[in-house]
Amino acid sequence: MIDKFIDSAAAALADVPDGATVMIGGFGNAGMPAQLIDALIAQGAKDLTVVNNNAGNADAGLAALIGAKRVKKILCSFPRQSDSWHFDQAFHAGEIELELVPQGTLAERIRAAGAGIGAFYTPTAFGTKLAEGKETRRIGDRDYVLEYPIHADYALIKADRADRWGNLTYRMTARNFGPIMASAARITVAQVRDTVALGELDPEVVVTPGIFVHRVVRIAPLRKVA
Amino acid sequence: MKKLDRKQIAARLARDIPDGSYVNLGIGLPTLVADYLPKDREIVLHSENGVLGIGPRPAPGAEDEDLMNAGKEPVTMLKGGSFFHHADSFGMIRGRHLDYCVLGAFQVSVAGDLANWHTGAPDAIPAVGGAMDLAVGAKNVLVMMEHLTKDGTSKVVERCTYPLTGARCVNRIYTDLAVIDVKADGLHVVDLVADLSFEELERLTGVALRKPRELVTQ
Repeated sequence: MIDKFIDSAAAALADVPDGATVMIGGFGNAGMPAQLIDALIAQGAKDLTVVNNNAGNADAGLAALIGAKRVKKILCSFPRQSDSWHFDQAFHAGEIELELVPQGTLAERIRAAGAGIGAFYTPTAFGTKLAEGKETRRIGDRDYVLEYPIHADYALIKADRADRWGNLTYRMTARNFGPIMASAARITVAQVRDTVALGELDPEVVVTPGIFVHRVVRIAPLRKVA
Repeated sequence: MKKLDRKQIAARLARDIPDGSYVNLGIGLPTLVADYLPKDREIVLHSENGVLGIGPRPAPGAEDEDLMNAGKEPVTMLKGGSFFHHADSFGMIRGRHLDYCVLGAFQVSVAGDLANWHTGAPDAIPAVGGAMDLAVGAKNVLVMMEHLTKDGTSKVVERCTYPLTGARCVNRIYTDLAVIDVKADGLHVVDLVADLSFEELERLTGVALRKPRELVTQ
C-alpha cells in the first residue's frame, strides 16, 4: 500500500540535514509553501543551498529562513526587490552566496535534472556577464551557452489537491515551479489545500504524477472572512 | 516638441500589435501597454510565471493570491486562457513562439544590443528575471523607454556601457520622442513627436539616424 500522507509539516521535514540543497516553489506568494518553510525554520537545518526564483519577501517564508541565517547559498533569478531586506542585508554582509541564473535557464536546469539530462545548450545569456567562463557553442547560425542541471535533496512545493499516491493538481499561477521542482529532488514534499480519496482526481487533470512526490501534508487554508 | 508621457508611449506601441498576436509585456513601464491594446483585436498576453490569456486588473476585493502576473500584480483571466509550469512558460519564450515582447531598457545600441538588468555598480545586487530569455526568444523585441536619461544623456547609444541583457536582439524602440527601427544598416526613424525635427532628434540621440522617405509625425 502506498500512503504518502504525513500528519504534519514537522514530521515531513524531520530528516533534512545540514548542508542540504532545498528547492522552494512559488512565485511571490502564489505557490509558496509557507507552512513547510516555517517547519524547516523550526527544524533547524543550516548551511542550506536554496533554489527559488527570488530571495524572499518581507519577513515571512524564505525571507525568514534567510533572516535566521540558515541559507549559505541561493540560486535565483531575481533577488533584489523592494522588500528583500533580509537577503540584501545577508548579501552585503557577505553571509550568503548568490548564483544569479536567468529565469528560463533556472527553470530548464531544474527540468533537466528531473528528466535525466546531463547538460543543455541555451541561447539565453550568450554574450552577457552571466555566460562568462561558460562553455559556448555555435549550432547552425546561433550561439549557445552550456548549462548544467540543478539537482536537489528536497523540494518543498505547494499544490491544491492530492491523493495518497501523491498525484497533484494546482491552482492557477500557483503551479509555477511546482511540477519541475517535484521532478528534480530526491525527496519532494508537497503541502496541499485538500486531500482526496484515490480515484477522485481525474487522471486527465493530474498535473504532477505521484511518482515525483514522496510526502504530502494537508494544510487547511485560513478561512477568508466572507 | 511635445514629449509623450508614459501612457502615450504605451498607446503608440499598442497600435502596432496586430490581431492574433501572442505578447509578453515586461514588468514596469511595458505593463501599461495592456491598457491601450485595441479592443477589436484578439491579443493573447503571456506572463513568465505560467499564464496565457491575461485579462484586465481585478476589481478591488476580487484579487486572488493565486492569480498573478510576473510583476506579482493580481490579474484576471480571459476566456481561452491557460496555465502551465515555468519550464513550459520559458520554452514558449526561447522556442520562438511569442510574437512580441516589450521590455524596458537602460540603453539600446545601434546594433540592437540591449542593457536593462544591471547598472554595473559594484555594490548593486544584480537581478535578471526573464529578461535575457525574452531578449533571445521573442520573434520581435520591442523596447519602451524614455529617450534621454534624467541628465539628458541619450539611452540610444553607439555601444552599451551597462552590462548586456542580449546582443543584437532589439527590433524596434519606442520612446517619448520617436519610434526607431533597428536594422542591419542602422537606426531608421519611423515617426517622431510633433514639433521635433529629424535633425534635432538626431542631435539629442547622439548617434547617426536614418531619415525615412516621408517623415511621419505621431
